[in-house]
Parts: sequence; structure tokens; C-alpha cells
Amino acid sequence: MYKVMKGNEVTAYAAMLSSVDVIPAYPITPSTLFPEKISELIANGEMNATFIPTESEHSAISVAIGASASGSRVMTATASQGLAYMHEMLAIASGMRLPIVMAIGNRAISAPLNIWNDQQDSIDERNSGWIQLYAENNQEILDLTIAAFKISENEKVHLPVMICMDAFLLTHTMEAINIPDKKEVTDFIGKNTTNRIILDTEKPATLGSFASPEYYTEFRHQVTVAMEAANSVIFDIFSDFKKRFNRNYDVVEPYRLDDAELIFVSMGAVSGTIKDAVDVLREQGKKAGLLRLVAFRPFPSQQIKKYLSMDVKIAVIDRNVTPGYDGSVLYAELRSILYDSDFKPEIIDFIAGLGGRDMTIDDFIKIYTLAMEMNADSNHIVWEQLKPLGEDVS
Amino acid sequence: MIFNKGATITSTGNSIANETGSWRSMKPVIDYSKCIRCDICWTYCPDIAIDKVDGTSYSAPYSQLKKKKVPKINYTFCKGCGICVNECVSKAIDMIREEI
Ligand code: SF4
Ligand code: SF4
Repeated sequence: MYKVMKGNEVTAYAAMLSSVDVIPAYPITPSTLFPEKISELIANGEMNATFIPTESEHSAISVAIGASASGSRVMTATASQGLAYMHEMLAIASGMRLPIVMAIGNRAISAPLNIWNDQQDSIDERNSGWIQLYAENNQEILDLTIAAFKISENEKVHLPVMICMDAFLLTHTMEAINIPDKKEVTDFIGKNTTNRIILDTEKPATLGSFASPEYYTEFRHQVTVAMEAANSVIFDIFSDFKKRFNRNYDVVEPYRLDDAELIFVSMGAVSGTIKDAVDVLREQGKKAGLLRLVAFRPFPSQQIKKYLSMDVKIAVIDRNVTPGYDGSVLYAELRSILYDSDFKPEIIDFIAGLGGRDMTIDDFIKIYTLAMEMNADSNHIVWEQLKPLGEDVS
Repeated sequence: MIFNKGATITSTGNSIANETGSWRSMKPVIDYSKCIRCDICWTYCPDIAIDKVDGTSYSAPYSQLKKKKVPKINYTFCKGCGICVNECVSKAIDMIREEI
């Protein structure tokens, strides 16, 4: 069945199809439509779940932690300052190894206050122990969310997952979505509580305990091991997904990489525009390609090495800033991974599309031209479309 | 020690192994001649370090109270937080310095 839906609504539908039991949520632009749609689905009798409107994002994620610890399947959604407000609880969710799925409507971080799209909010949480998958379109939001429950609840993983979707570009954009039958989804995800210790009065246990210096390191290490295991688990789950639903995913997506001279690297919705720019460039005989990261945590190091250890130029599209470092996060991590590869590509960091500034096909064609002219040894950071300081920009 | 996933502990009741009495620098002492056996200290003690024992041999503000159980602090687990002192309605508990 096809339905035309906004990204946030798709997220709510994914929760319904995945038989989520508990949805604690606090509204924040651009994720507000998620709790609204959930309330509607429950009120209409289409969804059988407990919706808990909390008084803050901190409480929403805290309730999610408690509900997951009791064995329920849980989902919530937030963005930007809301995600930042959840910060201390995020590491508790992953440290307690709780399956939770959270939709992030990627939005800029204040100040200045801005409700539009970039990826600073979720990238800032890259050390939180949450798996992060970035969707390019609304169909992916549905598919990745359904897969996320299965990944999160896999006993080798048992980590929470963020499904990251760009503010407005996805959250509020209508797209026709192929919706699978609920039964197919139920069969695909399977049971929640497999080999997981939960809060159960019949079998008492302490969850969220204390660990002294003799033990703490080992538990932090376990999260890292689980994250590594997630790499192959995600691969297997995506393969299973393809067999059942006939849509194909991987932790990275290569696009027209054959004999490419310049490869864009990006995450999220902007990748669709880059694909169009690559097509235009290819028509002009310019050898451009794209490597899109679907997974940012776990970082797809092996796949990046496989596709990018060659004599090419790379234009990283970084939709985040890390002040005080020589380039932004995606650039830094990508470059670090490629440090020990045989062919070191030339990498240029384009800090672009912050706070919802539009990125068009023409912009990427310009980036291609600029990157081809540049020498990364002398300059490797470009602030895209930066207006000069002190000039009248009105 | 087994490193259960997420630091989950399945052998419950293990707080008995953690003798929190060693943390104490000040020690609560009950003056039973003021204690009205209201059990408020017993309710509030965060470490369940107050037991209720037979009261016949303890002094009391008046003799009928001797029939009731009295609070007795278990110093192996009393960490000396002073909450019982603060909560006691009869000001029957004193905090004294620990002697080494
Ligand atoms: S001092 Fe604290 S730990 Fe000790 S008996 Fe009183 S309330 Fe309990
Ligand atoms: S709170 Fe005070 S009066 Fe009440 S039982 Fe405890 S020591 Fe006695």
C-alpha cells in the first residue's frame, strides 16, 4: 500500500507497524508531528500503545529508559536543544544496554536560535553509545526505523538507535511511501526480550547499578564491543530486509564511483541533491561520484577504506562545526580512517548547509569546480557561501 | 564477579556485602528515655541500618512503651548520614564523633 506522508508521520507509522508498546515524548520543532500522529493513531484505535506526554525531553528519555528496562518496545523523537537536554540520559540508555529507537529531526543548535536543518545535534552525540543511521528520503525513514528495532534488540548489540532525518527536508516533506503489511513487519522484527535481563518481580535484578573503578572500564568496553558487533548485525539485518521487502540498504551507499576523480561524501537528505549534481556533471563529462554514509555510528571504516583508498579528490560535505579543530567532524573522522590506507586521497572539507541554508544542484557543481582547482595541502577547509564579516548583508 | 551486560546484577540482596558502616565519621546514638517508638527513624534510614528489637529491657519515657519494639542501630551498616537524627520527632538521637 502506498501513502503520501511527511517524514514525521512516517516515523509514527513505523512505530505502529513495529508494535511499539510505549511512546514517551515531548514536542519540539521539527519533530512535533511525531507525538501528534502517535496520539491520533492511538485515538483512532489503529495503534495499541501507551503514549506518555512528559514535561521535558529529559523526562521523555528517562521514561523510555524505564519502559525499555521493563521489557517494553519503546520509541521517542526529538531534535536539537531537546536532544542536548537528553544528553546525560543518552549514555545511561546505552550503558544499560537498552534497546530504544529515537527519531531525530536534525536541527541546528542555538545560539543563535534557529529551527532549520543541519546535523550538529546528532553529531554532537556521537560518543553517546547510540547507533546513528541517517536517512536520505522518507521511504528510508520507514525502512531504517523498522530495521532499527531489530538491530537494537539483537542480543549482540542491545544498544539504542537514532534514526536521523533532516529537519523539514524530510520531517515536513511529503513523499509517497510503500507501507508493508504489519504482519510482515512483525515477522521480520521478531521478539523483543530475547536474552535480556528486564525488570521483573518474579526474577529480581538490579538494573542501572553502580560500578567502582575496578569494573567501570569493562562496561564501557562492552559498549564499544557491541558497537563493533553492530557492523555485521546491521549488514545481516539489511540483507534479511531486502529478502522480505525488496529494498536494499547498506551502511554506505556508493553512487557513480567508477573512475571518479572527485567523490563527494555526505549524510542525509542533501545526498539526493548531490546525486542529481553528479548526474549533471557526468553528462558534462566530469567524473564526479558520491559516497553516502548511512551509518555514522558504528562508523563504516572498512567500507570507507574500500571505496575511498584511491587517488581521488574528496569533497566532504560537513553539516556541523567543531570549533577549535582543523575541519569538521565528518572530515576529521574520514581522514583519520584513511590515514593508513595505501593511497591517500586529497580531502577538502566543505562546511555547508548550516541552520537550513539551501544547498542546490548548482552549489554542488560549484563545489566540484572549486575542489578540482584547490590544493588540499595549502587549504583544506571551505566555508560554503560564507558572507564577509562586518559587511551589510541585508 | 561476572560482567553482566549493562552492569546488571542478578544476585540480589548483595548490598549485605557492602559494609557501609566503615564510611562513618559521626555516629547516631539513641537516648531510649526520650524515644517514643514512633519508627520514623526506621522508616527514613536510607541504608536499612535500623532494626526493630524487643523493647522490654530498654528505658522509656513512660512504662507502657516498654511493650513496643525499639529501634536499634546496626553499626555495621549505619553510614552516619544523620538523617535519623534530623527526622526524630522527640530529638532522641544524638550525633557523636566516632572514636578510633
Ligand atoms: S545515621 Fe543514617 S545510616 Fe545511620 S542509622 Fe541514621 S539514618 Fe541510618
Ligand atoms: S524517630 Fe526518634 S522517637 Fe521515633 S523511634 Fe526513632 S528514635 Fe524513637
